[in-house]
Amino acid sequence: MPVIPFLIIFPLVMAGLMFCVRVNKVRNAIAYVGAVVIMIAVGVLIVGWAAGGYRPIELYVHTEIADKVILCAELLLMVQVTFLSFKYKKYWVSILSIVPTLAIAWLELFGPEMQEISHIYIDHLSILMCIIIGVIGSLIVVYAVGYMHGYQHYHTNIGDRRYYFFMVLFAFLGAMFGFVLSDSLLWIDLFWEATSVCSFLLIGYTREPEAIKNSFRALWMNLLGGTALAIGIIYFALTHGTVSLHDMVALGAARPGEVMIPVALIAFAALTKAAQLPFSTWLLGAMVAPTPSSALLHSATMVKAGIYILFRLAPAMSGTTTGIMISFIGGFTFLAASIMAIAQSDGKKVLAMSTISNLGLMVACAGVGRPETIWAGVFLMIFHAISKSLLFQDVGATENSIHSRDIENMHGLLYRLPRLAIFMFIGIAGMFLAPFGMLISKWAALKASVDENNILLVFFIVFGSATTSFYWTKWLGKIIASTNEAPAKDITKRNEMISITIHGVLMIALCVLFPILSKVYVGPLLREMFAISEQTLPTGTLDLLIVLVVFVFAVPFFAYLYSKKIRANKKLSYMSGINTGKNHAFTGSMGQNEKLVLSNYYFKNICGIRKLMLPSQLITAAVITVMMIFIVGGAL
Amino acid sequence: MTAKFISIMCYILLAPFLGGLLEGLDRKISARMQGRVGPPILQPFYDLVKLTKKQFIIVDRSQHFLLLSYMALMIFTGCMFFGGTDLLMCFFVLSTAAVFLYFAAVITSSPYTTIGGQRELLQDMAYEPALLLTAVGFYLVTGSFNVDTIIHTPYSLIAKLPGFFFAFVFILTIKMRKSPFDESASHHAHQELVKGITTEMGGRNLALYNVTEWYETVLMLGVVALFIINENPWSYLAAVLVILLVYFFEILVDNTCARVKTTTMVKMTWIVTLLSAGVNFLVLMLVH
Repeated sequence: MPVIPFLIIFPLVMAGLMFCVRVNKVRNAIAYVGAVVIMIAVGVLIVGWAAGGYRPIELYVHTEIADKVILCAELLLMVQVTFLSFKYKKYWVSILSIVPTLAIAWLELFGPEMQEISHIYIDHLSILMCIIIGVIGSLIVVYAVGYMHGYQHYHTNIGDRRYYFFMVLFAFLGAMFGFVLSDSLLWIDLFWEATSVCSFLLIGYTREPEAIKNSFRALWMNLLGGTALAIGIIYFALTHGTVSLHDMVALGAARPGEVMIPVALIAFAALTKAAQLPFSTWLLGAMVAPTPSSALLHSATMVKAGIYILFRLAPAMSGTTTGIMISFIGGFTFLAASIMAIAQSDGKKVLAMSTISNLGLMVACAGVGRPETIWAGVFLMIFHAISKSLLFQDVGATENSIHSRDIENMHGLLYRLPRLAIFMFIGIAGMFLAPFGMLISKWAALKASVDENNILLVFFIVFGSATTSFYWTKWLGKIIASTNEAPAKDITKRNEMISITIHGVLMIALCVLFPILSKVYVGPLLREMFAISEQTLPTGTLDLLIVLVVFVFAVPFFAYLYSKKIRANKKLSYMSGINTGKNHAFTGSMGQNEKLVLSNYYFKNICGIRKLMLPSQLITAAVITVMMIFIVGGAL
Repeated sequence: MTAKFISIMCYILLAPFLGGLLEGLDRKISARMQGRVGPPILQPFYDLVKLTKKQFIIVDRSQHFLLLSYMALMIFTGCMFFGGTDLLMCFFVLSTAAVFLYFAAVITSSPYTTIGGQRELLQDMAYEPALLLTAVGFYLVTGSFNVDTIIHTPYSLIAKLPGFFFAFVFILTIKMRKSPFDESASHHAHQELVKGITTEMGGRNLALYNVTEWYETVLMLGVVALFIINENPWSYLAAVLVILLVYFFEILVDNTCARVKTTTMVKMTWIVTLLSAGVNFLVLMLVH
């Protein structure tokens, strides 16, 4: 299938084009074409795969030239990282790149002879990832064209390096495609490092001191993961003479003891990429970059790479110490991050915290490694990708229009910026209201963790679920609260709106269609992964869900239609008799008009980042250290 | 199938009467505890009729449809429960219903309802873990979340789930808006938030809210019954007795405890949930 190398190489070619073309209008046009071509290529890939009867496809056994290219690319990345580390005087970071890269190079050039393997592997999971990367990623590119135009217009202090920004965006997409389609661990390692470097470059886009600091934090954390990955790969290659990810997972599922160490190391690497505690701070720091890069990091790329590799490893982790470690870290992160999200009033920070939190739930699902939890995790991943991308784009557009992304300033957004507010509402509601995304996944995750007797995870989920509802609901309430303020001027560009609208439609479609999606797609995915045949969710529950979906949409709709016809007498709101007459002010003690300001609860002193981040990092770091020692010590 | 249908219809038609009666009883007993004569038992129904006849006054037009949705979802949850379906899913839908109540409160942008709404959210956050754990407890013993399976056990599940039962009764105080946890709205006349989330609900809106509360009370007491009911028909009678006892206990607590701060409520509830349900969970795991 020539479309596979095309999917990996085309975004890289686009990246080169983006860098070379310095006329904004021309470059924007090329970017649009590139985004559409990527989406079409994903479509072609799906058709090609479907024509083969939806069966897993293994490709490219003999790839001597490609192997050389990959090795060169890896060395190139190392040079790039080393150069930047020295340029910004963070010398030690370069070690984290040099050591694993040289080790991998040694393995490839002077290591023992490896078994012949296919380097590309396509199945339901990789196709799903391709759809997420291709569709969401391309839409973000479309959005970025409009957003960056406004961004450079308002941030005149930041040098206009849009050619660079779009170059990295496209390179990122190419690396992600390569990552999810490869089966050779050596290839995976390259694409892994490539995504780390791309995110590093995106975060440092503004070149301001804070951006540079945060970008290096992201870099060293991800390179640390990369180092673990490289060690895992080399260990596995030396002990088993192969670098196939599928062989490793198959071996792990049959005899977990044999591949304990590489699986644990790769899972550890995935924790860094998925921004789990104690490594969550890099994702929080990533917010200094322009919004499209946040949208990309949080939804279609980067963090999803960590989740993807954990899902791949799930059968090998199920029931092992590694699985217990991963599910503990994930569950703990789910709860801790959702508590910290309560204290945030900055919209983007809430989104970032909720990403970390939701990723935690997915990681926990992967750690338990049963069909039910993977079912839950896959759905969480799909819902989360669309919802987060939508929300980041929406908050970015809202910020452009009302010059603030503070949730307190979104009071009555529904009446001030109706279009954006409705999409924001859809994005949030899709994330946590019954019976969509989160809730149904939590249902499955709870059931499976009880089955596994994983009591800690059960408690993490029930408490985390309560705190999650709290921070989302209070945001939703802010959007719909009535206001007397004048509507704001909606300066969202057409291309931004196109991307946001498509996301909104996708979100609603997903909510309505997910029982079907479960049957025709996620079911086969699980059968492939676990070689089982039974339906994960009892059909009764799925039927009930369909009724529920219809009900939750229909009831408010008809209730709204009905209540429009009612004749009622409108009165002022109660303010102990001192309402000045327009609901937005009251008479103060000196007879003057005081503006009424309504604020949400935040409990900054109880659940702020400053209070909770360090303790949570310490706990998780301790758990990871101890468990890793046990795993490695036990296996050696 | 017909049995399920009958039980669902019974819930839809009878639950408001039962809830109203219980509230009447509640007011009477509370009054006696306070040395008053108290209103007639049927007073809640008189109030309801009066409310529907009043002029329809609103602060925000949308409140009505949100309250209607709240009620519809609450009834739907009850139907799921009494139809014998998945208990955990029931609780999830219940939390969605609660979101609509919050919307109905904050959409007015009135100061008292907004604070009331915020406190309501905190209450939701406080009780949700115990609610979900109740479902988990039943699953742990019976291997199913289905209400149908849960009531067809050879013995009353409270024998194995005393910790879960205690945690549930503890949060029932929040759910029934009883002191010390009546933060968002109180049925007593002495709350600092005037009437909390219900401040801006007048006439028919308040009537809707009241009826929904009755539906909810019956649903919650239904969950209490789950702990008792088993294959033995006499267990239904025992369940009724336990429900009355629990209700009396809530009234007693209501009349003897002072309202606590919101954060104290969350802490207390979570600690109780963790300890009593957690210990029960551990013991069950070890025994299995």
